[in-house]
Amino acid sequence: MASADPAEIEKFARLAAHWWDPAGPFAALHKMSPARLAYVREVSGRGAGLRPLAGLSALDVGCGGGLATIPLARMGADVLGVDAAPEAIAAARAQAALQGVDARFREALIEDVAQTGEIFDLVTALEIVEHVADPRVFLAMCARCVRPGGRLVVSTINRTPQARSLALFAAERILKWAPEGAHDFEKLVTPDEIRAATPELDWSAPVGLSFDLLSRDWRRSGDVSMNYMMAGAKR
Amino acid sequence: MTALGSAPQSDVVIVGGGMVGQTLALALDQAGARVAVIDASRPQETLAEHFDGRAFAIAFASYRMWRALGIAGALDPVAQPIKRIMVTDGRPLGDPRGGGVSLAHLQFDADEIAGDAGEALGVMLENRHIRLALDDAMRARPNIAMIQPMHVTALARDAGGVTATLADGRTLRAPLLVGADGRKSFVRQWAGIRTINRDYKVTAIVCTVAHEKPHDGVAHEVFLPAGPFAILPLTENRANIVWVEKPAAANVLLRLPPQDFHAELMRRFGDFLGEVSLEGPRFSYPLSLQLAESMTAPRVALAGDSAHGIHPIAGQGLNQGLKDVAALAECIVDALSVGLDAGDVTALTRYQRWRRFDNTAMACATDVFDRLFSNDIPSVRFARDLGLAAVNRIGPARRYFMRTAGGAAGVLPKLLRGEKLAA
Repeated sequence: MASADPAEIEKFARLAAHWWDPAGPFAALHKMSPARLAYVREVSGRGAGLRPLAGLSALDVGCGGGLATIPLARMGADVLGVDAAPEAIAAARAQAALQGVDARFREALIEDVAQTGEIFDLVTALEIVEHVADPRVFLAMCARCVRPGGRLVVSTINRTPQARSLALFAAERILKWAPEGAHDFEKLVTPDEIRAATPELDWSAPVGLSFDLLSRDWRRSGDVSMNYMMAGAKR
Repeated sequence: MTALGSAPQSDVVIVGGGMVGQTLALALDQAGARVAVIDASRPQETLAEHFDGRAFAIAFASYRMWRALGIAGALDPVAQPIKRIMVTDGRPLGDPRGGGVSLAHLQFDADEIAGDAGEALGVMLENRHIRLALDDAMRARPNIAMIQPMHVTALARDAGGVTATLADGRTLRAPLLVGADGRKSFVRQWAGIRTINRDYKVTAIVCTVAHEKPHDGVAHEVFLPAGPFAILPLTENRANIVWVEKPAAANVLLRLPPQDFHAELMRRFGDFLGEVSLEGPRFSYPLSLQLAESMTAPRVALAGDSAHGIHPIAGQGLNQGLKDVAALAECIVDALSVGLDAGDVTALTRYQRWRRFDNTAMACATDVFDRLFSNDIPSVRFARDLGLAAVNRIGPARRYFMRTAGGAAGVLPKLLRGEKLAA
């Protein structure tokens, strides 16, 4: 149980029924989806069309209700979503069935997957590294599951003063974008810490994910002081 | 057969296969989305010559979209480019206060929009030609499921999409249901979207005339006391007339013997195009404003007249619907291209934000424009004549009006720039 934090798992289990309610506690994740998924699509370096990830195997770590897993499957990836909360896995399976999407889900921790020796062309850890007990171990396990030449994509919140006041305090307490107490500032991870934990990956420069107040959309930006994404290629 | 809650066979189910519904189907199919269209009408009736006497002013941006979708080629030979629009204030000839067209006028000229060289302000197209071209294009796309004639008897929504039950008992399921089913939209009513309504208490008489002299691609909009009178150029020395009158007067006009109707028409038309003869029947449409309070509901989007029916004063009704199509198609394709379903909340929110302001603004503008012009109070008349003359002198204002009428104002969806949608 190197990566799992029982209190965190319990917290998200209680919210499982709401994963696919676009106006529910995960509304902010739904809003981020287009920008996050466009980034994953782009760094995967595949061609045009509606199934750009066809032929790729993918692992979505900490998949929750499958908010990214299901779109990865729709883009053509052969995808496995894993999460420690059985309630989340049940919500993900139900939604995949409802949408007629062929995605597999498993109640498992990243170390369980790593232990099986399974490797994937694409591993995604989106909005999860800030919720695990030991981010260094978690990231190392994620990296181990990447096939040489494959990629690990991480999306998370930087540990900066701006993140403390805006991404955490304002988002949870004032704007109610995230469930109150969803994030713990001390658990946030910086891009350097991600690089340090995964020496076998060549990381691209992080890109910011910012909320544009004018368009009321999440957009890619140059500001990595709060939400950011980065992709690492395995040698 | 699919049961409620089972896997969807389409990305989008469109209720209503009119111009808006068909254009949307073509745009989505071109980008690789799976589309089903359910339409209540019988094709042999909608495609018949006499079905509709209407013609549409298609803004240049709308026409660019049809070109990107591959149907403009079939329309080019029957499209009359609008090279100039003349807006004037007038009274019928023989009016005791002096009939004829006011000297103060507003003139929109295609040559004036720099950078759009060679493109007309728009084209005039007859309804039947548009329908035939769309129908041919739909037939050429084997992946579009066109179900016609067919009624939707029930709709049901769950977290994954909407299931439509058809009159023959079949069910269709998709993550997104589009209501392109006109003013009395079944989809809108089912979704519980309310409308704001205003009855203009006027009737539009529509007919087609042949005239002696060439119109040179000039469209005329004359503001008569009872309402606007438009002469819209068609191919081969013909014009479509849209003539707005109070309902009582319209009723009389529609029943007049042909020679008396012709005489009334000429009092308004004047003799600048020589001899004028009526071609085909007269049609009439009551005019009203109807604006949906929202263009979306969970897993539902409205497009075209189901979302907004506006005053035809500026010929913008269908063009607004086609702008809906371009924006909605882009929102859907962008969602699909990152693996989201067509009815994802982000796609619907973006669509609503993109189109709702424009549609409301256009509804208000045409409403105000109509109130301003549809009266004969001398002071108002004088002021609006001054206004017309003033706008005419100010190049930027005039070009702005032209771009708006041409559909090029605001952030343009790709299709309205003539680009294809591709993931």
